Amino acid sequence: MKKASILMIIGPLFLLGLYFFPLWNIMLGAPQYPEPLGMDIYIDGIKGTNEFDIQNIDGLNHYIGMRKLPKPEEMWEFSTFPIVIGVMVALGVLIGVFGFFNILTHKWFIGWFLFMSILGVLGMYDFNAWMIDYGTNLDPNAIMKLANPDGTPMSYKPPLFGHAKMLNFDVTSLPATGAWMMFIGMTLTLVAFYLGWKKEPKNKESEIKNYATT
Amino acid sequence: MKKYNFILTILAATALISSCGNQGNNNSTGALASSAAEKAYVAPGEHDEFYAFMSGGYSGNITVYGLPSGRLFKEIPVFSQFPTSGYGYSEETKPMLNTSFGFVPWDDAHHPDISQTNGELDGRWIFINGNNTPRIARVSLSTFETEEIIELPNSAGNHSSSFITENTEYVVAGTRFSVPIPQRDMPINEYKGNFKGSLSFISIAPETGRLNLDFQMIMPGFNYDLSHPGRGKSHGWFFFTTYNTEEANTLQEVNASQNDKDFIAAVNWKMVADYVKNGGGTKMATEYAHNVYDEHTHTATSTMKKEVITVDPTEVPGAVFFLPTPKSPHGCDVDPSGQYIIGNGKLSADLTIHSFDKMIAAIEGEKFDGEAYGIPILRFEDVLAGTVKSGGLGPLHTEFDDKGNAYTTFFISSEVVKWKLGTWEVLDRQPTFYSVGHLMIPGGNSRKPFGKYVVAMNKITKDRYLPTGPEMEHSAQIYDISGDKMELIYDFPTHGEPHYAAGCPADLLAPKSKKIYRLDDNKHPYAVTSPDQAKVVREGNEVHVYMSTIRSHFTPDNIEGIKVGDKVYFHITNHEQDFDVPHGFAMIGQNTSELLIMPGQTKTSVWEPKKVGVWPFYCTDFCSALHQEMQGYVRVSPADSNVPLTYSLGE
Repeated sequence: MKKASILMIIGPLFLLGLYFFPLWNIMLGAPQYPEPLGMDIYIDGIKGTNEFDIQNIDGLNHYIGMRKLPKPEEMWEFSTFPIVIGVMVALGVLIGVFGFFNILTHKWFIGWFLFMSILGVLGMYDFNAWMIDYGTNLDPNAIMKLANPDGTPMSYKPPLFGHAKMLNFDVTSLPATGAWMMFIGMTLTLVAFYLGWKKEPKNKESEIKNYATT
Repeated sequence: MKKYNFILTILAATALISSCGNQGNNNSTGALASSAAEKAYVAPGEHDEFYAFMSGGYSGNITVYGLPSGRLFKEIPVFSQFPTSGYGYSEETKPMLNTSFGFVPWDDAHHPDISQTNGELDGRWIFINGNNTPRIARVSLSTFETEEIIELPNSAGNHSSSFITENTEYVVAGTRFSVPIPQRDMPINEYKGNFKGSLSFISIAPETGRLNLDFQMIMPGFNYDLSHPGRGKSHGWFFFTTYNTEEANTLQEVNASQNDKDFIAAVNWKMVADYVKNGGGTKMATEYAHNVYDEHTHTATSTMKKEVITVDPTEVPGAVFFLPTPKSPHGCDVDPSGQYIIGNGKLSADLTIHSFDKMIAAIEGEKFDGEAYGIPILRFEDVLAGTVKSGGLGPLHTEFDDKGNAYTTFFISSEVVKWKLGTWEVLDRQPTFYSVGHLMIPGGNSRKPFGKYVVAMNKITKDRYLPTGPEMEHSAQIYDISGDKMELIYDFPTHGEPHYAAGCPADLLAPKSKKIYRLDDNKHPYAVTSPDQAKVVREGNEVHVYMSTIRSHFTPDNIEGIKVGDKVYFHITNHEQDFDVPHGFAMIGQNTSELLIMPGQTKTSVWEPKKVGVWPFYCTDFCSALHQEMQGYVRVSPADSNVPLTYSLGE
């Protein structure tokens, strides 16, 4: 249980990477953009992969009537997410410490993991909803009004995950360093739970099974 | 004379035989020809290995090519007005072409040289001389724009220029035409003994590159033709070829070709610089322009300087010596080790190579062969290292590779000859098409040449390309010199008349080449950094339009209240911060060129409307899918009208 608790303390700390590294990255490449434009989505705002990428993406988007990319103060998520992550890190570390001193059991570990997973899914849902709004809610006076073959207005929602072709652009959307650190951290808490579960005093039936397999 | 003719015939025959042999080789093996094509081929989307900066000669500019493809990347305006970008037409750049003679919109640009550190190319700046109205320019190699031009007083035909010392301490400029110093009204035929030649030493500030005419040496009235710095062991010296030591003032073609030997002037510039630093030299009243372009204000200023320090070489004993060199030497080249000084006697078949060590020994031994105007002449035999008996005619210029070989152009026999330093043995020769002047090996004028290609720049084109009437571009050839024998791999036309060129590895410059100017760094007094600052301001009959551009509109694009007789300044700031998105500006009937404004930059164009009406302006650079919509109107009312000054966008 000591080893498991140490992992449970370390795991949530990986989430601190979200304060320094982007959670998600969307790259836009096109023939005339051999160096693709990119946006790095942090928990507290959106930054260009290169310094002027946001300005240049906005410049391109104005042709098709998309709004400008939001500044941190324009979306509640960018002020809320850092607090949520902070609370979750503190909570996770606390659970680990309590586990270390046998105040809490490993079940709390999986509890934290599940709670974090639910928050993650909600976050993704919110992110996707924003992208749908951003990519479909267009200026009626847009310079270029393009339609799908079936006559419906073309949408410019970037993919949540993976690649999509949008007009002349190849758009690739993937988790970035912050997200990978979060995944590693969350996996560590899962391992912590597993170790804690294995160290638990076993009943006879499972012991017999163990003999049978060895 | 008969004997000489006989030798020439033999040599010509040898040359014929050897060139026939080469042709035979080329014809019999098609594989060779295809490998030449591969060597010069840079596939679409791939980059060249070297930059080549060619002087434009009478175009007054520098052209930037890639090697080995011979593709033209850019023309950098230096001494000539350039309507493409508005250089020399915009209010910001007009001061760049100011001189003590007023605005001079053109020059004859000859010898580019890239800045060096410890004798190796460092890629900070490239320098070039204006030959006609003597000037030296400094061009930034991060923006590829001319940043500074300094005029040289007391000079005429600024030809033995602009060569830099091995730590970019000085850019050096010598006069080809000696003149009265100071200028005065006197009979031309009293040239001899009265005219003087100046050698200018312009210091370079290490951080900013800022030029300062430190001192001028006032030399005897010869023609100072070309020069190169000492390097390595000879660092601290500078060498100048001379001709017309006869001091003829007319029909120089004949009269300046009488002496069997002219001189290479060896100048210990470190000694002279110290002399000047310690208060030596004479302050002389004169007038010359110093023009500086600031990358942050995007604006040039011109200052008229009133004084120069002149140095009489006889006042600094031990600083200047003459090395006798046969047959009106033209090129003056120093090998990478700094040991050999090559004088290319242009009326000769041979090359004369002087030894720096021998020169120092002769100076220390005070073995002089008389003097000229108080300057000691060393004995030819005492300084001679060797002679290259090449069999060519009319040697002009020599460059070096990194394997101890030298390559010399022969104008009359139209060829490049490869020979070995130290043994003076001829290793190879290849024809050029036709009558080659300079040649260039990247880094070939430094301690560290990159001996992969040599480019021969020819003076005569004739039948090399499809004819284009009597006037044609000049031709250049690229040879692969990585093997024992030179191999012609490509032939391409060059813009203007490239005299010399300077080349460097692409990776020295490409990574630091600027992509945009930062808008938040724009210090132009008339810049608008956001569109809501755009405005139109009247000051008497001057109207200042503070305008911004972004794809795909001008802010403002409707202006009313302009009157006939106004002087309208369009100050246009390009708000793009994306690589390669310039916007242009042109106004109907404007008596000047367009502007091409780079991202983050501000440029100003003046328009003096002469006719009542509504006049359009537009973006001249196809900037975007809506480029054709990037336009605006100015309403011009009669001089006495009361139409109020208004401006708008999207109303």
